[in-house]
Amino acid sequence: MFNYIARRILLMIPTLVAISMLIFFLIQLPPGDAITSRLAQLQAEGSEISEEAIAALRARFYLDDPVHVQYLRWVGGFFRGDLGYSVVHEQPVSTLVGDRLGYTMLIAVGSVLFTWVIAFPLGFYSAIRQYSTSDYVFTIFAFLGMATPNFLLALVLMYLGHTYFGISVGGLISPEFMGQPYSFAKLVDLLKHIWIPMVVVGTAGTAGLVRILRANLLDELQKPYVITARAKGLKSLNLIFKYPVRIAINPFISTVGWMLPAIFSGDAIVGVVLNLPTIGPLLLESLMTQDMYLAGSILLIMSALTVFGTLVSDLLLAAIDPRIRYD
Amino acid sequence: MTEPDPQTDVPTVDESGFPVAEMTTSPGGPVSDASAPPPDAADLVYASQWKLMGRRFCKHKLALVGTGILLVFYVVAAFCEFFAPNDPTERDATLILAPPQSIRFVDEEGKFHFRPFVYGYRMEVNPETWQRVYTPDPEKRYDLVFFPKGEPYRLWNLIPMQRRLFGSTEGRVLLLGTDTLGRDVLSRIMFGARISLTIGLIGVVLTFCIGITLGGIAGYFGGFTDHAIQRLIEVLICIPQLPLWMVLSAALPGHWSALRMYFGITLILSFLGWTGLARVVRGKFLSLRNEDFVVAARLSGTGEVQIIFRHMVPSFMSHIIASATLAVPGMILGETALSFLGIGLRPPVISWGVLLQQAQNFQSVAMAPWLLYPGLFVIIVVLAFNVVGDGLRDAADPYAE
Repeated sequence: MFNYIARRILLMIPTLVAISMLIFFLIQLPPGDAITSRLAQLQAEGSEISEEAIAALRARFYLDDPVHVQYLRWVGGFFRGDLGYSVVHEQPVSTLVGDRLGYTMLIAVGSVLFTWVIAFPLGFYSAIRQYSTSDYVFTIFAFLGMATPNFLLALVLMYLGHTYFGISVGGLISPEFMGQPYSFAKLVDLLKHIWIPMVVVGTAGTAGLVRILRANLLDELQKPYVITARAKGLKSLNLIFKYPVRIAINPFISTVGWMLPAIFSGDAIVGVVLNLPTIGPLLLESLMTQDMYLAGSILLIMSALTVFGTLVSDLLLAAIDPRIRYD
Repeated sequence: MTEPDPQTDVPTVDESGFPVAEMTTSPGGPVSDASAPPPDAADLVYASQWKLMGRRFCKHKLALVGTGILLVFYVVAAFCEFFAPNDPTERDATLILAPPQSIRFVDEEGKFHFRPFVYGYRMEVNPETWQRVYTPDPEKRYDLVFFPKGEPYRLWNLIPMQRRLFGSTEGRVLLLGTDTLGRDVLSRIMFGARISLTIGLIGVVLTFCIGITLGGIAGYFGGFTDHAIQRLIEVLICIPQLPLWMVLSAALPGHWSALRMYFGITLILSFLGWTGLARVVRGKFLSLRNEDFVVAARLSGTGEVQIIFRHMVPSFMSHIIASATLAVPGMILGETALSFLGIGLRPPVISWGVLLQQAQNFQSVAMAPWLLYPGLFVIIVVLAFNVVGDGLRDAADPYAE
């Protein structure tokens, strides 16, 4: 077991190195470099920039160094907690990302929980009552959930909330609590808002998981050991929960790894629609203003979290499923 | 272990919803017709794999419906100049965000007309909010006709034509309302279909080529090559897809022409999409590599390329086609998401994502919910592709019941 964990953690390192190289390559792709757009912006505002000022800016961001030195400096910063510097905002990336990352993680965890809580009963019921009316209803729901782009779901929820319930949907914190210290009232206010992005981001995953659980459980239910147990008179629900469900539930753990990238993708677009203070809208904004260091750091943080999430889900899976061998 | 008591056990079985009878009959239920020999049983013995697949696919009713829907969409997309009742770029400053017209048979006086018609608009300004309010105007009755003569246009920019599928000679027919510049939403959706639907297809063809090549190389040669490609796939799937697409499409130069932008976005979408397909292909190659027919081919001196393309690829082509069909919706959703965010295709180009961009903020959705119609079409197409893909996958599996 220990060897398995150690090997998995060691394997993470080359993956992360490759990802960071790829991302660094990508953020170098757009024409110009990190300060080009900033200079254009300053010039548009009408301020005169002297040659020395440009040179000073370039020196400050080490833009005249060779590419590999720039890469090493960028990646090395991550180990010291320095996530880079946003040229447009003139602030360190860590300051910009700080709170937003917290909200994103909150939404991510909430979405995973929502997915589990909804997908389990639906998939379970669909499987034990195959071809019943409810099974068809859940199947239709699942297909619809997979087909609806989540920003569209957010827009429709916003429209329905406004037209029929008169509530404003969007944001995470009401204006009156902005900048206030955390209090119970603020927490309640946050909970009132945060369930919408959780539902919106989690729906596609829920729909997929319902289908997987249903298929897995149906496969298990037809196996001879279930028939034997039933022939011996084991109570139906006990039997199902004790054996087939235990096997069919594996995807709940194993999909967490690939749910995370989907959640980050969902957050990127839902955050824009619902006007959330998460890292998705910040990424979009940084791309629009060509603030490539900010964009690269955000992408690297998301990827690192995904790699870590995959590791955790693999370890959990190995822990609960004895069929997975450690060697 | 206690002996089960039949008297307490039987009701539990019923309540817990696990009727034993249902379990034992359900696997045989849907295929009961298979037990009786079909009239053309002799044909089936010699039928090719594709023929068998076609037969199984045709039994899947939902998949057939999906195929029909997709055919309709692609035909409309191909001839959208003819199907669209209006020019998608025609603006009308007097009809901004006008609501959809409904097709009527009965007029205000309750008189039934055999020929359907729509009412034009009457505009009023709400004195409090200064919003324009459009109501149907019974004075303006536009009869709907097939093949009316309208503004001349060129089909595919080549063939000069004047007639469209339907419309009215008396005024503009706006069945799905107008957008913020007074352009016809329905016509724009039809033109948008051309871009959005082909991006999915071209993207999947590209994905298909990359996926089969890399997956095939990994699976056939194994060893170091396999290892390297596997790691590459792992790296790519660890980066969240939409953010990576966003960074890539932001890297496309802004001055590119619409056509280059279109191919750029398609390339970006396939740049990530191939990983799933490559894994499937690799798995198939690994399992087929030591099959008897491949060994036999190798022993009789067939070349590597010939073994791959003559013997191995055809044996799992059907499976790959099913996977590819299931990959199309992801591409369509990807284009929609990128264009919606404003970093994919840009406005003079009409695609469903570009259309949805107008519905990006809450005010416009609350005022003009019909701007969400392109989203409805996205859902229909994605559903249809999923259903067809499922049907193909079931049909391609020779061991499926």
